[in-house]
Amino acid sequence: MNGIHDLGGMHGFGPVVAESNEPVFHEDWERRIFALSMAMRIWRLGNVRTAWEQMPPAEYLATSYYEHWLFALLLQLEQSGLLDEDEVERLREAPETVRIPLMPSSVRNGALRREDARALGPSRGGQLDDPAAPRFAPGQAVLTRNIHPIGHTRLPRYARARRGFIDCDYGVFAFPDSSAVGGGQKPQHVYSVRFDARELWGPGASAADRIYIDLWDDYLDPA
Amino acid sequence: MSGHDDHHGHATDDPSHPHNAPLSDVQLRVRALESLLVEKGLIDPAALDELIDQYETKVGPRNGAQVVARAWADPDFKSRLLQNATDTLAELGLIGRQGENMVVLENTPTIHNMVVCTLCSCYPWPLLGLPPVWYKSAPYRSRAVIDPRGVLRDFGVNLPEEVEVRVWDSTADLRYLVLPMRPDGSEGMSQEELAALVTRDAMIGTGVVKVPEAAQ
Repeated sequence: MNGIHDLGGMHGFGPVVAESNEPVFHEDWERRIFALSMAMRIWRLGNVRTAWEQMPPAEYLATSYYEHWLFALLLQLEQSGLLDEDEVERLREAPETVRIPLMPSSVRNGALRREDARALGPSRGGQLDDPAAPRFAPGQAVLTRNIHPIGHTRLPRYARARRGFIDCDYGVFAFPDSSAVGGGQKPQHVYSVRFDARELWGPGASAADRIYIDLWDDYLDPA
Repeated sequence: MSGHDDHHGHATDDPSHPHNAPLSDVQLRVRALESLLVEKGLIDPAALDELIDQYETKVGPRNGAQVVARAWADPDFKSRLLQNATDTLAELGLIGRQGENMVVLENTPTIHNMVVCTLCSCYPWPLLGLPPVWYKSAPYRSRAVIDPRGVLRDFGVNLPEEVEVRVWDSTADLRYLVLPMRPDGSEGMSQEELAALVTRDAMIGTGVVKVPEAAQ
């Protein structure tokens, strides 16, 4: 979707300000929402990024990163039926009425245990063992498609209808435009595609600079 | 950062918020959500403490710095790292969530690499830990692709015009680590001493590694 999360190339946000000696988390609730999301293994509840992208644009810009996590986890718990609509409404509107259990109830089968949390290993990400043939080869010129899907996509707005070159082929991955919305994995190759900065930003950009973007077969046509 | 041993479930234990201070809306919501999930048996509170400990104390940019220092000291390791980062890092146990498919990018006198995620906040967790606020912020995500040299100046890095800046937008499942240039004046340093020089920003590509003048 042409959402507020697709920030590449926008103006007006000011300088990048780095905090020195920044802690991993600034507030305790940030630790808790991070750990809650990981313990619930949000990636199993659906596509996390799609959930973040549902946040209204004004709210997205006005809230912090871990508030985005809270928004996404609530949405995913509701959509997966682990919380019902009333519970989510109460969490949003009257969280002070949720009592803290004195004794935690027994942990259900399937919940993430401490020993699993210690070695929360890699997922395979979206990479697939699939014999899908590549549509492009390194060095080949490509043109990105001029598409504006309403659902999830990884083709940033700033790189649509632009000419680039295949730099390398990273292998076969699930296609998020489809897999993130339950449409099947649609296995296909992901390439690093190299763009001249001037192709993306015009003559004001440095002639020496390049932007590399990871793109799926379905975003590309031969140039 | 201390404090990973003092939270046993509830935001009221946060030492930065005295017990008599009212909780903010977001604190209340997160605490209530945790209570509800614990009550339903969907969460093992011990797993939460373990996860926080992992990401607050075990995973962080020191892991990446060790890799960079070894690459500087060991040409064979460096060549394997650049050829096949995922397998080479997995041999060191440096694999985990958000580091499943790794690519290492080498900075040279003529090429400077810099990593961003314009759509989100993708970052190589096993090597650098969780990303700093600026990396996830609108200023960085918006400007890194359109004005990389301006962003670098925000970080005090001024590159000559003839150096090629390569910006890597992590739009897919690949995660990128920059191998910065080994600094002048570091000859004869041990791998440990080299690792101590390597900053998180240098491995994102918004910094360069320097030897402190006192050490030269």
